[in-house]
Amino acid sequence: MRNTMIVARRELGGYFATPVAVVFIVIFLALQGVLTFNLGNFFDRNQADLAPFFNFVPWVFLLLVPAITMRLWAEERRLGTIELLLTLPITQGQAVLGKFLAAWAFCAIALALTFPFVITVNFLGKPDNGVIATGYLGALLVAGAFLSIGSALSAATKNQVIAFVLAVAVCFLFAVASYPLVTDFLSKTVPTLAEVARRLSVAERFQGFTRGVISLRDLIYFASFIGFWLYLNTVIVEHRKAD
Amino acid sequence: MACGGLRAAACNTPALLYLPARTALRGGTNVPADSKAPLIEIEGLTKRFGAFTAVDRVSFTVARGEVLGFLGPNGAGKSTTMRMLAGFMTPTSGTARICGHDVQTDSVAARRTLGFLPEGAPTYPEMTVEAFLAFVAAIRGYGGKEAGRRIARAIELTTLAGVRLQPVETLSKGFKRRVGLAQALLHDPPVLVLDEPTDGLDPNQKHEVRALIQLMAPEKAIVISTHILEEVGAICTRAIIIARGTILADETPAELEKRHPSGKLDDVFRAITQPAPKAA
Repeated sequence: MRNTMIVARRELGGYFATPVAVVFIVIFLALQGVLTFNLGNFFDRNQADLAPFFNFVPWVFLLLVPAITMRLWAEERRLGTIELLLTLPITQGQAVLGKFLAAWAFCAIALALTFPFVITVNFLGKPDNGVIATGYLGALLVAGAFLSIGSALSAATKNQVIAFVLAVAVCFLFAVASYPLVTDFLSKTVPTLAEVARRLSVAERFQGFTRGVISLRDLIYFASFIGFWLYLNTVIVEHRKAD
Repeated sequence: MACGGLRAAACNTPALLYLPARTALRGGTNVPADSKAPLIEIEGLTKRFGAFTAVDRVSFTVARGEVLGFLGPNGAGKSTTMRMLAGFMTPTSGTARICGHDVQTDSVAARRTLGFLPEGAPTYPEMTVEAFLAFVAAIRGYGGKEAGRRIARAIELTTLAGVRLQPVETLSKGFKRRVGLAQALLHDPPVLVLDEPTDGLDPNQKHEVRALIQLMAPEKAIVISTHILEEVGAICTRAIIIARGTILADETPAELEKRHPSGKLDDVFRAITQPAPKAA
């Protein structure tokens, strides 16, 4: 665990040593603001909650999270620093987990900086702050799920653009798996898969959190989802590191 | 902690004891009969990429006090062998051990006793020299004053004091190489594997790095790869010439020189590595 945290701290420092951190956070906050207040009809709804805000979070993450993860491993491989990192006395699992935790902590920072939304809604009305808290927890878990996908795919290539596009595509699949677009198609062709797709959907799992429900099932889902992709990440690193 | 057993014990023995052994090696004799196990043991190491065999059944050992020069044309398999030795690349077959630890099955323990400078001396470009070394020190398990002492020593050995607080990406090639070297020396490891440590350095820096390697040589087992043949005569106690993945010669520089009438390593190198040329 010590080594994992050292790797994570270095990685997180890396975000703030480059313009990556500022660009990401500014774009994230701007997008969330525009989407919540304009597209989400925050004011016209006349309801004291952050539902419009949370509705858009998975979609903004879908676009921005792969931008964080694309460099995680692809850049290490391009610069050759992976050879340095993985010949230090740490295991590959520690390196994978460390990098993931750094990216996750970074997303948490970005989410925390949306606090003015919470202040605004509390200023205008009397929202259920418990629901807002579970919404944030759900948003963080969605970020973690997308990050684990992006991190694993970043290890599969030296090219950051490919890593980004692949990650967006796969994240999109898991985001829309519960949408009629997919489930209707699947129930007509392979009905058994439709149910599986719905259960695997990140967006579907997130819905519970936005309604203020934290169910053990959803927590287990996110934990095993992230665990699976990070395991895959370790396997990919092991096989592709020296290519 | 990482070390156990007889071989590992050899890693921790004070360096000065082995000075005579090195002098003996300089004279061209073999490792003394009472010798402890070699710090680097490579047996039948093979790496294939598809149908291409990059490294073909390479075996050698390096004892404390030896500086092994690893020579060969580009693409001969030098870096691949070093990567497998460092546990970065998985060999197709064969084994490599550092201080008795197998680099595949006991890799973290092996890497604790290894200082490795990868090809091209990669470092994180956005970090300052000091922050980068602090990161490596932390991973190596040093904290507080001990870390500060080790970083200061590594910076002093590689004369990086002037650029301590500069981001690595702003440094010249020679400085970057020395940052890579500082990282490899930080924990004063018994085994050093340096892939082209003097590449890109100016003549003065080359001289300094060679002097540094010679200074450390008595207490360590060192493998360096190089294209500069004069370097081999100057600092190596032994040289291995590798081409097309196979070891073609494993001798002292003095013995190698005798292989060609001119007595020059350049001529010997060409004669050995070029496939059957017409004699000039």
